[in-house]
Amino acid sequence: MVVLPGDIVPIPESEQTVRVGPGLRQDVANIVVAKAGILKQSVTGDRVWVEGNQRRYVPQLNESVIGIVTAKHVEGFRVDIGGAHPATLGALAFEGATKRNKPNLEIGALVFARVCLANKDMDPELDCVNPSNGKADGFGEVKGGFMFKCSLGLCRSLLDPKNPFLQHLGAICPFEMAVGMNGRVWVDAGTPKQIIVLVKALLGSEAVPYSKARTYVKEFKSDLTSVE
Amino acid sequence: MNTGEQPVSTSERNFVTAALREGLRVDGRGAYEFRDLAINLGDGGYGSAEVLLGKTRVLANVAAEVVRPNAANATEGFVHFNTSFSPMASPAFEQGRLTDEEVLISRMLEKALRRSRAIDTEGLCIIAGEKVWSIRIDIHVLDHEGNILDCACIAAIAALLHFRRPDITVEGDNVIIHDMDERNPIPLSIHHIPICITFGFFDNGDRVLVDPTHLEEQVQDGNFIVVVNTHRELCTMSKAGGASLDVARIIQCTEVAAAKAAEVTELVRTALSKVIIRISIYCQHINQFITKVQ
Repeated sequence: MVVLPGDIVPIPESEQTVRVGPGLRQDVANIVVAKAGILKQSVTGDRVWVEGNQRRYVPQLNESVIGIVTAKHVEGFRVDIGGAHPATLGALAFEGATKRNKPNLEIGALVFARVCLANKDMDPELDCVNPSNGKADGFGEVKGGFMFKCSLGLCRSLLDPKNPFLQHLGAICPFEMAVGMNGRVWVDAGTPKQIIVLVKALLGSEAVPYSKARTYVKEFKSDLTSVE
Repeated sequence: MNTGEQPVSTSERNFVTAALREGLRVDGRGAYEFRDLAINLGDGGYGSAEVLLGKTRVLANVAAEVVRPNAANATEGFVHFNTSFSPMASPAFEQGRLTDEEVLISRMLEKALRRSRAIDTEGLCIIAGEKVWSIRIDIHVLDHEGNILDCACIAAIAALLHFRRPDITVEGDNVIIHDMDERNPIPLSIHHIPICITFGFFDNGDRVLVDPTHLEEQVQDGNFIVVVNTHRELCTMSKAGGASLDVARIIQCTEVAAAKAAEVTELVRTALSKVIIRISIYCQHINQFITKVQ
């Protein structure tokens, strides 16, 4: 269902507590739409959110993002995640970090992190550990490779387990990728040429339907496999 | 608040330079290749041009009004530039606060188009010392993906070429401004078409690129701007800071710029001729309609 800002959405019937996701806000007893998009609901019915396409990022709790370290402080780092405000990343919010053993991130480093605090009137906060087991689970600094910016819609489609482009591209040329929900994607592959072609293919995939993925990816095959 | 430049990560910075050393650009272009250029004319009436250079988007609008000239230059009209950088284009732009980059772009546009005398200001005179046309060019940067200057320059000159001012009749001290429907409006007299070509250089001037993207602009060691027209006349050059370039490089850049400017001018001309064909067909229809009515 397409919704527009200001629309009132009926609260879904569910035995569990209903959680309101991105694009919706609670206004007294109603759930009001805050951005244009398609209203989505989880299978269990306890989560509702609005999916739209935009370029500016609005931090949301538990989303994984890619940030750039812009400043170092005693208690942590200041990280740009593309939102209206910079985020803070605590020095202790890493796997195995103690007061004596803090991670050393340089200014300009890329971090793959999770938004652990996203309140309306506060700067967002990040962490690089899974809160349930204290493990890094892939979060932390990402080195080398290349990061490109894209629309939030493309980010979401890259995280879709059904996305065929990644399968087909990966079959031609193995590559590593980290997708942040803030419109930033990090890729690494064997050679700079492969990375450039991959970035081009991924950016172009936004306008191609899933059904045409195979033929679309074929166009890049020769560029991806050529050895200089 | 996040103000000023968007940060660049070390990994982006290293990748851009590493790829360049292998002769590759991040978007897969050649070193002297422009991004796709699209020119839309007349969507907002006469003197409106929207130019897309890759994902960079600039809208230019031209307007004219009758004003009193300066006492010192009684026969010269006015040409004003008005640049606005919408925060919609990039988070780096803020309403009501100019960054150095924005000031530089506005200044360069003035130099490229006004100081190169592309517009015949004497031709804007109606009655010497009394009434002259004042031309205003509003430039709106709508999307910033690098190289705003080249894009804005193309938009401005395309808008000026497309612009038509109302026809006038002078009877003694009285001036009649004819309605656009009453008499065919008149184009401005444009002496030449200055085209701005920006080079970005890397590795202390060893590697030179044309039309840098936003990321390349952030990583580059410096830039070099050449304004040139199809007659290979150099209008303006600018090299504000950055790594030094040797003379051979500069000559090579101007050669490339002259060739690129010719290509761009051709694109502007094609866009204009398409619109003019559209207008003439429209005029034919109107004339046919009028004769039928009579």
